[in-house]
Amino acid sequence: MALRGALWRLLLDPHRRAVVSACRAQGTAAAARCDNEKVASKSKTQKVQFNWRDGLDLEGLLTEEEIMIRDSFRTYCQEKLMPRILMANRNEVFDREIVSEMGEMGVLGPTIKGYGCAGTSYVAYGLIAREVESVDSGYRSVMSVQSSLVMHPINAYGTEEQKQKYLPKLARGEILGCFGLTEPNHGSDPSGMETRAKYNPSSRTYSVTGSKTWITNSPVADVAVVWAKCDDGKVRGFILERGMKGLTTPKIEGKFSLRASATGMIVMDEVEVPEENLLPNVSGLAGPFGCLNNARYGIAWGALGAAEFCFHAARQYTLDRIQFGVPLARNQLMQKKMADMLTEITIGLQACVQLGRLIDAKRAAPEMISMLKRNSCGKALDIARQARDMLGGNGISDEYHIIRHVMNLEAVNTYEGTHDIHALILGRAITGLQSFTVGK
Amino acid sequence: MSGRVLVGVKRVIDYAVKIRVKPDNSGVVTDGVKHSMNPFCEIAVEEAVKLKEKKFIKEVVAVSCGPQQAQETIRTALAMGADRGIHVEVTGKDYDTLGPLQVSKIFAALAKKEDAQLLILGKQAIDDDCNQTGQMTAALLDWPQGTFASEVSLEGDKIKVVREIDGGLETIKINTPAVLTADLRLNTPRYATLPNIMKAKKKKIAQVKPADLGVDITSRLEVLRVDEPPQRLAGVTVETVDDLVAKLKESGTI
Repeated sequence: MALRGALWRLLLDPHRRAVVSACRAQGTAAAARCDNEKVASKSKTQKVQFNWRDGLDLEGLLTEEEIMIRDSFRTYCQEKLMPRILMANRNEVFDREIVSEMGEMGVLGPTIKGYGCAGTSYVAYGLIAREVESVDSGYRSVMSVQSSLVMHPINAYGTEEQKQKYLPKLARGEILGCFGLTEPNHGSDPSGMETRAKYNPSSRTYSVTGSKTWITNSPVADVAVVWAKCDDGKVRGFILERGMKGLTTPKIEGKFSLRASATGMIVMDEVEVPEENLLPNVSGLAGPFGCLNNARYGIAWGALGAAEFCFHAARQYTLDRIQFGVPLARNQLMQKKMADMLTEITIGLQACVQLGRLIDAKRAAPEMISMLKRNSCGKALDIARQARDMLGGNGISDEYHIIRHVMNLEAVNTYEGTHDIHALILGRAITGLQSFTVGK
Repeated sequence: MSGRVLVGVKRVIDYAVKIRVKPDNSGVVTDGVKHSMNPFCEIAVEEAVKLKEKKFIKEVVAVSCGPQQAQETIRTALAMGADRGIHVEVTGKDYDTLGPLQVSKIFAALAKKEDAQLLILGKQAIDDDCNQTGQMTAALLDWPQGTFASEVSLEGDKIKVVREIDGGLETIKINTPAVLTADLRLNTPRYATLPNIMKAKKKKIAQVKPADLGVDITSRLEVLRVDEPPQRLAGVTVETVDDLVAKLKESGTI
């Protein structure tokens, strides 16, 4: 909602408004689908203005509800998250309250139907991710993990009891979850994981031993969805809870990326997990991959949100800064960079909308998600680096925020499948030949 | 008492947008410009929803006058917690000339039709800054009015209103039914949460025309010209009070 501090200044500043007595003209481009016929007939005389903020009218592809969700959440992100991020990133502090706040907004697990979740479209999920990540990728990681990597597996693969027990609390942000797949020796090849879950028929528990690393939220998480190899050699998911004996979550120090989110390990030393905590409806790597695809889709949108922030910030900076008597933006080198940024962001977002619609229609293949996660992250990292350069010396100061996005996007480009790994996924789809391993 | 509250919400150009005057000086540019709910109307909706949550009233009805897009604004009110909406359809030239007098006639007719106990409006709209609709509606209905409200409490069948006035704060007690207009400090509007935005889809928005309410919306006003405020000229620094007085005399100001 559009109020608070900013409004004070605007209401008290008379010079902002034109002198007008009683006049309003009709119609905006925003949601004028019903007025399209009138606009079409007028368009012979009316020239279409190019909007650099929305190069291919993404707005026109969204439903009224998606626009409302986006607008409401954007206001929250700008008013509540943006003021925190400078210090949170500088001092490496994770604000646990943001999870509860996002829970209140209803943006955790937004695509899930029931259990206190909103049940929105995947396009809305993408718009949410874009708004959070334009503030910080660390915050968006927290949101993605909770929604796609914790709530989604419980919803897709869990029992009704598990869903009732965990989903409403996760949706409210009352409890925080993390996703344990990656290990110190197994990142891109999860099938080689060394974490084992041994079944004890006498106690009806699984004894889980192993360690996971690079786990977002783990130092402060209440629950962990951990993937381990069972006696039959198949990978299965288990819900672990903080307090279980043998479970520790040390923090990873010395991180220069996603500093506003807490990252750590999950160390399990014969943790006794009751069999009720097994996710029964999936086995094999399809389980974790299903979750990762869900998260990767959000990242495809989110990365472009970070890129948009960097593009807009660089544009404003180069318009304001005068060197040799003219704004930096007057220079061809600057304009070329901005043209490239505009193009990639615009095209990337159009692809994301199409992908979201396909997912909603259940006509999406995993390779599509790989393609866009890879594209968005690679392009966003490039855009952020260029934008950093355009700001010159000021570009390395966190006060201008861009350097923080540069740092963050290094991780975003790497996690949930590195740039190269997604290339191999696509390569296999294109040629039919796998090139992940050295064997046949 | 019906326990029903009508809240008027107006669709205006978003407060953060830089306003531009049309080249023909007939008005401001609205095509392709971001619009949102008038901030004072947001405060009005929030107050109504709060009253419902405290169980002082039973139903919140959001009303907006304008073209098709006014429904977006009503939907925002529904997402904040209003129960249903009424869209009074006013389009084209009629919409261009729609002003406080016509809107207050419409609200007065609706308040009677809906048997409203309270009508809450924003104190003014940020596009025309008229600050008239609430007062005119109260006069047409012959209802008491609590304008510039910074605090509202229902006490039985009376309302205590703390008003922000030039001299400070004034507390009045008025009978219901009444008209209230919301000032800045009345409350802080809530963010529309996702579940509420989704629920808003299912809430009903009724469509009516001013003629259905027996209201004639012809305007008695004609906009002759719209201009930007003159460019601020640089000031002049003076050293002493005498210099200031001399300069003022020089420019003919005193």
